[in-house]
Amino acid sequence: MHGGATISKRIIPCLDVRDGKLTKGIKFKGNVDIGDPVEAAREYYEQGADEIVFYDITASSDKRDIMIDVVRHVAETIFIPFSVGGGIRNLEDMRNVILAGAEKVSFNSAAVREPAILTEGARAFGSQCVVLGMDVKKVAFSKQTPSGYEIVIEGGRIHTGLDALWWAQEAERLGAGEICLNSIDADGMQDGYEINLTALISENVHIPVIASGGAGKPEHLAAVLTEGKADAALIASMVHYRAYTISQIKHYLCSQNIQTRMLW
Amino acid sequence: MIAIIDYNAGNITSVARALHNIGQDFVITNDTKMLDSASHVIFPGVGAAGEAMAYLRQKKLDVWLKACLLSGKPLMGICLGTQIILDNSEENKTNCIGLVAGSTKRFPEHLAGTGQALKIPHMGWNRVAFRRKHPVFAHIDPAAEFYFVHSYYPSPSDQIAILGTTEYGIIFCSVLAVKNLVAMQFHPEKSGRPGLQILKNFCAWRGNDF
Repeated sequence: MHGGATISKRIIPCLDVRDGKLTKGIKFKGNVDIGDPVEAAREYYEQGADEIVFYDITASSDKRDIMIDVVRHVAETIFIPFSVGGGIRNLEDMRNVILAGAEKVSFNSAAVREPAILTEGARAFGSQCVVLGMDVKKVAFSKQTPSGYEIVIEGGRIHTGLDALWWAQEAERLGAGEICLNSIDADGMQDGYEINLTALISENVHIPVIASGGAGKPEHLAAVLTEGKADAALIASMVHYRAYTISQIKHYLCSQNIQTRMLW
Repeated sequence: MIAIIDYNAGNITSVARALHNIGQDFVITNDTKMLDSASHVIFPGVGAAGEAMAYLRQKKLDVWLKACLLSGKPLMGICLGTQIILDNSEENKTNCIGLVAGSTKRFPEHLAGTGQALKIPHMGWNRVAFRRKHPVFAHIDPAAEFYFVHSYYPSPSDQIAILGTTEYGIIFCSVLAVKNLVAMQFHPEKSGRPGLQILKNFCAWRGNDF
């Protein structure tokens, strides 16, 4: 009655949203520019995305309600899980996003500043709703950062002094049900994920790890999902600019004997 | 009219949105009179067994569900709504409704044999191996995958109640079917097109097993 613990690896496009609009238009069929996050979500849902991550970079708090409307429309349009990160500071923000229809909420800077939010979120909605977003930078090995990786916040501008591995384990203990692990060094380079970092974190926590930062071609996903031990891979530019469709990526992974969901 | 039982257990709106998408009218209610008048009843839920049972007992919905099973009305359990139809759950050592004999157990932290650590919750897309045909799972490709997110799984004592199984470290019962009841551990409302097909099939089902 026992066998492998393998489930399909998840492919997750990430959409950046500001004031209810995609920050960069996404080019789709016929080179149509889609600036609407709901339409972009629909497109990726139809291409076989296993989940979608929305990252809200709306600066002013009086425009936060726009994102709630986006979440509600997305929930009416796609029937796969999706999460919302960015600007979620407290339990009330979390409640609003979940009630509007998101499955999960990710805490990044807010969890560094106020770690108890992870525990409160897990108590209120269950660990499966609480994602820890980690922005990580490679640093020198030191007493303070024995893993050689440090947590940064505010897009990498602020060094927190926290060791990345310690923080991942601490977040799990506090109640996070999943980790979205973003390498600031690899982010935007389209030159591959940070495999060492991903394997280090994934092998030392008991919750799923989504690798983020650096995806440029399907081979990068294959590497992070095998050597990097990631449970899921976040992608952005490589699909937003139509270099690949999610379906093409999945067919490639399938050819490499990496199990993904092939029927949708 | 389809009724979704509202018992303060998480994301009931996602089931409602999926029904809306397939063009099905529904009500969300905890009123037993409205449940009586519904043609089909969906018992969803995300959350913890203990709190859910306390609420159900307070509203006498546990009693209503037992009567529903006897009435022949099509009844669908989803996730927590599947776990708590058994006799008891290891989650908070809770006595549950007992529509189906058996208990709800927690995934092992480590696999027997290899000792490999198992990531809990079981979260993501996985398959179901069906043991027999059932109208609610008609037109579902055997390779279809469904969205799971759970730390506990149903373990009915009678093998005949097991309609489908899923492998995650262990092989567990992911779909139960007894008379007019069909209950699944995964979330059809979050499982893309195959999930919507299951909801559609359920809404057209008369509650007979074969």
